Amino acid sequence: MIKKKSLWQQSQPWVITIVVVGIFLWGFSGIPLNGIKSTAGQVLGSILNGLFHPDWSYVYSGDGEDLITALLETLAIAFLGTFISAILAVPLAFWAAKTTRKFFSPKSATGKLLLTVIRVFPELVLAIMFTKAVGPGAYAGVLALGFHSVGMMGKLFSEAIENIDRGPNEAIAAAGGSALDGLTMATFPAVLPEFMNYTLYRFEISVRSASILGIVGAGGVGAPLIFALSTRSWPRVGIILIGIVVMVTAIDFISGQIRKRLV
Amino acid sequence: MPNLPKRSALKEWHVIGFALFLLFIILMMLSGQKTGVGQNFSWDQFFDLWIKMSNPDWSYLPAILNPIAQTIQMALVGTLIGGVAAIPVALLAASNIVKSKIVRGLVRFVMNLTRSLPEMLLAALFVAVVGIGAFSGVCALAVFSFGMVFKLLYEAIETIDEGPIDAMRAAGANSIQVIAFAVFPQVFNQFLSFFLYTLEINVRASTVLGYLGAGGIGLYLNTTLELFRYDRTAVVILSILVVVVIVDTISNQLREALA
Repeated sequence: MIKKKSLWQQSQPWVITIVVVGIFLWGFSGIPLNGIKSTAGQVLGSILNGLFHPDWSYVYSGDGEDLITALLETLAIAFLGTFISAILAVPLAFWAAKTTRKFFSPKSATGKLLLTVIRVFPELVLAIMFTKAVGPGAYAGVLALGFHSVGMMGKLFSEAIENIDRGPNEAIAAAGGSALDGLTMATFPAVLPEFMNYTLYRFEISVRSASILGIVGAGGVGAPLIFALSTRSWPRVGIILIGIVVMVTAIDFISGQIRKRLV
Repeated sequence: MPNLPKRSALKEWHVIGFALFLLFIILMMLSGQKTGVGQNFSWDQFFDLWIKMSNPDWSYLPAILNPIAQTIQMALVGTLIGGVAAIPVALLAASNIVKSKIVRGLVRFVMNLTRSLPEMLLAALFVAVVGIGAFSGVCALAVFSFGMVFKLLYEAIETIDEGPIDAMRAAGANSIQVIAFAVFPQVFNQFLSFFLYTLEINVRASTVLGYLGAGGIGLYLNTTLELFRYDRTAVVILSILVVVVIVDTISNQLREALA
């Protein structure tokens, strides 16, 4: 006997389609499509022209106002922001990890809530706040990236802790080991590769983020880029874009190679 | 007495490990020097900011409802355009669809270059090209989603079950039919999941895009900060947080339902 589909089952695909189409129609209704400047083609042409005729003299001038200096500063921001917060994220991750089988664990719930609160602040907003505290410069960028990274890595780390095999821990406990023994001899060796993997992954993201922090005055290569864009010196925009692309690609490649060996 | 395997002095003393550790510390210190970490952290200024922000000016809320809606609209449109555009390109980069190594390598190379530019940078470029407004934000989000969905999708396509493809080919199907009946059904749910994930990221990003004039709530972040109206900035930030949390929750629920 063939079961007849209920009315809801019959109409479900249509309802979903209508809702999705409606959402996107609403989305398109808010976007002014006539807002394109008449000079758009010309500007695009000059940017492309700048990309193919970059201002090579800006790469290194020796006075600290060149591309290499800015890129190194960007890398330094990402490096410090990521690796210091990786260490800070470890205790938070253990706090937020749910390691008991209970349905609700107040320890894990509060930790997860804290990490979520940290994570939802956009980096740029944090950077603006920290520039108020330490003044404009790379230091504010490090603080903003670090703060945000703690939230993200705390979450990833806590998931890694939740997913490990509990067997070795139980074996150590059965053999009379203390909780500390279990932590240092079973849990840490199991999660450390994962931690390093996530830290490197976060480093890749941080390099990208650090290259835009300069927009709000928090150091890095973003500031010269915005300056070059507003003064319409396209050859300089070109060389900075090339610099960012090369840096990000190189970091992705190196970090990818290290991550491949870790797992 | 059994012969114990001897380790070389290099390994005995963990020379490589220590060297790497030392290199790491030196890099840390150099970075610290470069970025000037450890200058005075002006707690007064920082707390002053927080105190001013802890009295949000709720009367400002009606004024920012429209830009918030525009933020979500930008994210939706940008993700849709970029996500759909990524499908054919992802097929071109998948090794089980396109056999030519040159085509695949070329597509991947170009897409990797596209992906290396962060959203805010794209927004800055598009503001310069098409002018201030939501349209430049949509362009930036679309390009970013294009790269993101492309990468996730072509990796998903490469891991599908080859059986249906072989069966279709053996029965004489052309490549369009193979894609439509063997590849597409296998990756559709994953594609939706990637789409939602990209949407989440785009909502986060679009909240700050306006800082550069690319439409949405970010513009108000900029103006309130420049006028030193931190009580209003607090309202803007809180509304951003609410939007991000709501969209994340919905998207997570949907993705779990898809999986």
